[in-house]
Amino acid sequence: MIFGISEHEILSIVVTAILTIVTLMGSVIMAALMIPIERRLLGLWQDRYGPNRVGPFGSLQVVADMIKIFFKEDWIPPFADKAVFVIAPAIIMFTTLMAFAVIPFTESWTIANLNVGILFLLAMSSLGVYSVIFAGWSSDNKYALLGSMRTAAQMISYEVFMGLSLLGVVLLAGSFNLGDIVESQRGMWNVIPQFPAFVIFFIAGCAEIHRAPFDLPEAEQELTAGYHTEYSGMKFGMFFVGEYLGIVLISCLVTTLFFGGWLGPWLPGFVWFFLKAFFFMCFFILLRAATVRPRYDQLMAFGWKVLLPIALLNVAITGAIVVAQS
Amino acid sequence: MKNAAQNAFSATSSVLRTIGMTFMHSFRKRDTILYPEEKPYLPPRYRGRIVLTRDPDGAERCVACNLCSVACPVDCISVVKTEDETGRWYPETFRINFSRCIYCGYCEDACPTYAIQLTPDFEMGEFDRQNMVYEKSDLLISGVGKRPGYNFYRVAGMSVGGKDKGQAENEAEPVDIKTLLP
Repeated sequence: MIFGISEHEILSIVVTAILTIVTLMGSVIMAALMIPIERRLLGLWQDRYGPNRVGPFGSLQVVADMIKIFFKEDWIPPFADKAVFVIAPAIIMFTTLMAFAVIPFTESWTIANLNVGILFLLAMSSLGVYSVIFAGWSSDNKYALLGSMRTAAQMISYEVFMGLSLLGVVLLAGSFNLGDIVESQRGMWNVIPQFPAFVIFFIAGCAEIHRAPFDLPEAEQELTAGYHTEYSGMKFGMFFVGEYLGIVLISCLVTTLFFGGWLGPWLPGFVWFFLKAFFFMCFFILLRAATVRPRYDQLMAFGWKVLLPIALLNVAITGAIVVAQS
Repeated sequence: MKNAAQNAFSATSSVLRTIGMTFMHSFRKRDTILYPEEKPYLPPRYRGRIVLTRDPDGAERCVACNLCSVACPVDCISVVKTEDETGRWYPETFRINFSRCIYCGYCEDACPTYAIQLTPDFEMGEFDRQNMVYEKSDLLISGVGKRPGYNFYRVAGMSVGGKDKGQAENEAEPVDIKTLLP
């Protein structure tokens, strides 16, 4: 007994701390690696090379860019609301990294085994809206404000279908705990019985992290850079890495919720998880290379008139089947 | 209702087809030429570094007429004329400031003796701007360039260097203006 805590508890605290650091570093490094991977893959799909000079296959380009961005002047516009301006990029990193806490990477590798894991995830991704709103508002810039207004509307409306599409999965598993949801997919991956939910979740996730084709908040052609127009240096870098963290997060979620997480034959669980998540990360990049950005009203109409009814119908049918079976 | 279903189907299939077609580009050849390792083919009439050529006898073609200098839209050519003892014109200095040159090729078009020519070479990067100013010795090459076998003074009707009027190739004898005979 040390300070009234048993050795067993201390051990579990140490293990959790180590897992936290590993997950934190792993997800941030993966997000940073996404940048060269994205540039190379976009090059491949556009019949060009992408960065291929710095390091093997251009992999050190991101290191060079990072060094550059660290040494840039950390400039805050004189007309900006300083406190809010500084805090905005931290929020998106914070909320996205917090969401990684509940993801079960393997059977034993979950930092916080919450029994309301999905609710926690949805809460964290909703809090991410504040980052965008604060950034747009505190910049005191028309383009930034327009971009952040769009983002807020887009994220709040797509949150609805995101939550609804997950209800089907929750109904099948009978639990909000992500580990239990993975375990419930031992017989069959959720993507087969819950295919509409998977499609809706993927589209909503894409909109949630505002990636192409749902990158209206930062539509360069019309809004310069949207909500982070006034940002530069490492603060811009935080938004940038935050976006890639979002890709990693949504890919991990799709893997966990619909593709059986760590489950798979022969290989160890972590490898399966990584392979599945990496496939979806690459698919996000393919989507960016292939699709075009819709108009703002089209985006909203598609969400409320198409995705919402399908999601509701999916929940109703799944619920009816689950009730009938029990 | 039927129309809406058709629209939804065609929209979805179009998006999926686009994604598939983009993915198939993974197996295409890349269009990029990796420049420093792999040199692109430049056609002979490419407009690059400017040279001064010589005629087939090895003499300078340039007659210092200044037409290139006049034609140049950025005024990057400066020529100073001089004469030798036979009355033949040639440039005393011929200077091109390549940090101004836009490689338009007007000087080549203006040149009456095919002396100034543009070549397929563009690798002229310098760290010091002054090094971009090329003197006559830098510009003059020992070859004929794109016009082999052309010698201005052999076809021109000017008396120069021991050749009198009417003695050039394909040139008629000068008309005797003192007589009425046909």
